[in-house]
Amino acid sequence: MEEIDEIVQEFLVESHENLDQLDRDLVALEREPGSRDLLGSIFRTIHTIKGTSGFLAFGNLESVTHVGENLLARLRDGKQSMTPQTTDVLLAMVDKVRELLAVIEDCGTEGDIDVTEVVERITAVLEGNAAPTPIAELLPEPEAAVEVEAEVAAEPVPTPTPTATAVEATEEVSSTRRNVAESSIRVDVELLDTLMRLVGELVLTRNQIVRQAGDQDDLDLTRSAQRLNLIATELQEGVMKTRMQPIDHLWSKLPRVVRDLGAACGKSVTLAMVGRETELDRSLLESVKDPLTHLVRNAVDHGLEDPAGRIAAGKPAEGVLTLRAYHEGGQVVVEVCDDGAGIDADRIAEKALASGLRTTAQLAQMSPADILQLIFLPGFSTAQSVTNVSGRGVGMDVVKTNIEAIGGTIEVESVVGRGTTCRLRIPLTLAIVPALTVECAGDRYAIPQVSLLELVALDADRAATAVEDVNGASVYRLRGALLPLVRLTDVLGVESDRSDGHVLIAVLQAEGKRFGLVIDRVLSTEEIVVKPLTSRLKSLGTYSGATILGDGRVALILDVQALARRALTAEALERGAAGTAAEETKTSREHLRMLVAGIGGGRRVAIPLSSVTRLENIAASTVEVVGSREVVQYRGAILPLLRLDRHLGAISERAGDDLVVVVYSAGARSVAIVVDEIIDIVDEESEVHSDIDDHGLVGSTLIRDRIVEVLDVRAAILAADPKFYSDSDVEIDLRDELQEAV
Amino acid sequence: MSTRMVTFTLDGHLYGVDVEAVQEVLRGQTRTRIPLSPVTLAGLINLRGQVLSAIDLRALLDLPDRDGDTEPMLVVIRVAGEPVALMVDTIGSVVDVDDDQFEPPPDTLVGVSRDLLLGAYKLEGELLLALDVDRAVAA
Repeated sequence: MEEIDEIVQEFLVESHENLDQLDRDLVALEREPGSRDLLGSIFRTIHTIKGTSGFLAFGNLESVTHVGENLLARLRDGKQSMTPQTTDVLLAMVDKVRELLAVIEDCGTEGDIDVTEVVERITAVLEGNAAPTPIAELLPEPEAAVEVEAEVAAEPVPTPTPTATAVEATEEVSSTRRNVAESSIRVDVELLDTLMRLVGELVLTRNQIVRQAGDQDDLDLTRSAQRLNLIATELQEGVMKTRMQPIDHLWSKLPRVVRDLGAACGKSVTLAMVGRETELDRSLLESVKDPLTHLVRNAVDHGLEDPAGRIAAGKPAEGVLTLRAYHEGGQVVVEVCDDGAGIDADRIAEKALASGLRTTAQLAQMSPADILQLIFLPGFSTAQSVTNVSGRGVGMDVVKTNIEAIGGTIEVESVVGRGTTCRLRIPLTLAIVPALTVECAGDRYAIPQVSLLELVALDADRAATAVEDVNGASVYRLRGALLPLVRLTDVLGVESDRSDGHVLIAVLQAEGKRFGLVIDRVLSTEEIVVKPLTSRLKSLGTYSGATILGDGRVALILDVQALARRALTAEALERGAAGTAAEETKTSREHLRMLVAGIGGGRRVAIPLSSVTRLENIAASTVEVVGSREVVQYRGAILPLLRLDRHLGAISERAGDDLVVVVYSAGARSVAIVVDEIIDIVDEESEVHSDIDDHGLVGSTLIRDRIVEVLDVRAAILAADPKFYSDSDVEIDLRDELQEAV
Repeated sequence: MSTRMVTFTLDGHLYGVDVEAVQEVLRGQTRTRIPLSPVTLAGLINLRGQVLSAIDLRALLDLPDRDGDTEPMLVVIRVAGEPVALMVDTIGSVVDVDDDQFEPPPDTLVGVSRDLLLGAYKLEGELLLALDVDRAVAA
């Protein structure tokens, strides 16, 4: 008996997969009625089920699939053509087969499922005299319709009698599936979960051993530790991959849902799917299934108008439902968009008011976008009528609860007359993530690498000038754009223990915006195993989890998204993104000292002194030409030369054998700016400036009652060395810093 | 009927929790503090690869802070299957107490500890205060 159970079990698993494929194929077939490929695929699937059910002596199953197969054979051979009716009866057959399989799974026999009706309908279509059947009857029938059929109930449990025909049947069955069967095996999900847990522990132990080995002078131990490191990493990647599945696993069921629902609501719907291959952890996939199905049903039932309504609104009769999935910032985003009537925020507001969920005063303060989110409140429903599909006021709140339970978010956007988009953001809460460990006030924290863009290390001298503020808000100029800075010590309410003036900035990206998190020290990058926090700690909105570091101590994982929301106002983020040149000159002018140089024709140019590393006189004869550029050898390096008079359209008045050069350096790169004479260094305090926006200048100002033009240093340097800013100096500094830390 | 309790002290008073709830007793654990968390959360500890919250019972029961140099002990209890560490001053012993020695908290007891104490067992010479672990962990 054991053996037959196993065979039946395998048959069930295989058949369920086949049925899903069948649903997809049938719906696709309706779009492409003539497709031989699809018909062939459907035929093979049904044939496989029929063959095995015959072998296992499931008589009813066999008789249903048998007539289905006959119909399919005629379609495939072109003896009969596809009509909506044909699809309907074929789908009805699939439902019946599924019903039978469910009963078999429950009690091992076919039970008392009545198949005569379906068989008759298929036969009727086969004979070409089918009566039109109302759609409603085609939807899966409840068990109530079951009639007692003594013959079936009395059917004995099949016994394994391997006859010649049976062997043939199995051979035929397996031949169509050999490719898959030979290259893959089925694995119990629980086993994978256990493996994942074990790998998590292994990674932790690996981290500890690697750290300890690093402390000792044992070469062999170090080598073994490195090897362990590599193997553990590969093992971990492998195990993680076994758990990843494309979202298509979920989506594949939806065409059928949309088709049936569209038919039941009298709407015609095209389903488009973008990003089917987007992968996510299987545990997440499972949790997203119900919410997603609900959103799709909602979109078809409420979102899309009926064909008449659509034509009246000047849209094509057929509605389009688009599913989209993609990875963004360490999250999986899944969108359900329809091009229907949209949601009217005013109506939502009225409804919220009427049902007492919000007061007039509360509503008055909300933006239309916020009002839309009210549909996620428990007990909210705006459906004009309650249908059997949706509109009972339960649903959207459950969707939200389910998504939030896995750490995700949901939002809705809508344009009246244009359509509605529901967007799910699901975290990639994979158990193991690469992270940067940092120190702040003596404590260590982990920052997931997905949020990290780069690191910037400033020594005390540079920090003093490079970290500026805009009315009290700290900013750093990262390649010309202002980056808002957030001090982790301020966020956490702790005291920094770094007093040497060095500033370390982790440039982070959250919710599509950049900001710099100022930390005390960067320790290292390592793979960390995410341990969940209690809901109480999660609700602090600062930590997304905890992990155990190589030395066995616990470190908190910073929730970068939440940090961004907490620490940055919308305006700060805007400013960070926009960072206009005018603002920059203003801030620089308030703080910086200026070097004033003459460039001929009585013109004076001010250069922020922070840009200047050295003033030199060099012999004119040392200037060489490389391509179309002038260069000069200076301290063993080749410096591109920029003649400021030519750059700014002046004519040099200097005569002589030497050149006055202002050397500007950042990291390993330098440029030499040639001027006529150095006039002065002034503390630039003047607010007077005009926006003469001449080429190469950012404005002009009055210094000691003379008009001085302020040089656009960035543009000037780029004119001399277009690659100057492309490999950033900060990375070089950082490497030193990391080496220091290790 | 008698109950078996694990006892510990806090600010000179004797407290107890049901032995069934206690998983183990630890000392010398490095705790990772959690900035922004309520004062009753003394930090996170690593118990053989599991991250546990440590609850500072002194803070929870509104008792004065512990001296800087006395090292606290940790009583790991299980509540709803989840282990949590309770930070106490010293560990006492395992005692059997009779249910007829028990009395609910006096009506004069007010404040947080009223919610957190089930009552007192009248032992000879002192009172054993029974802690409501479910509430202590939830608080």
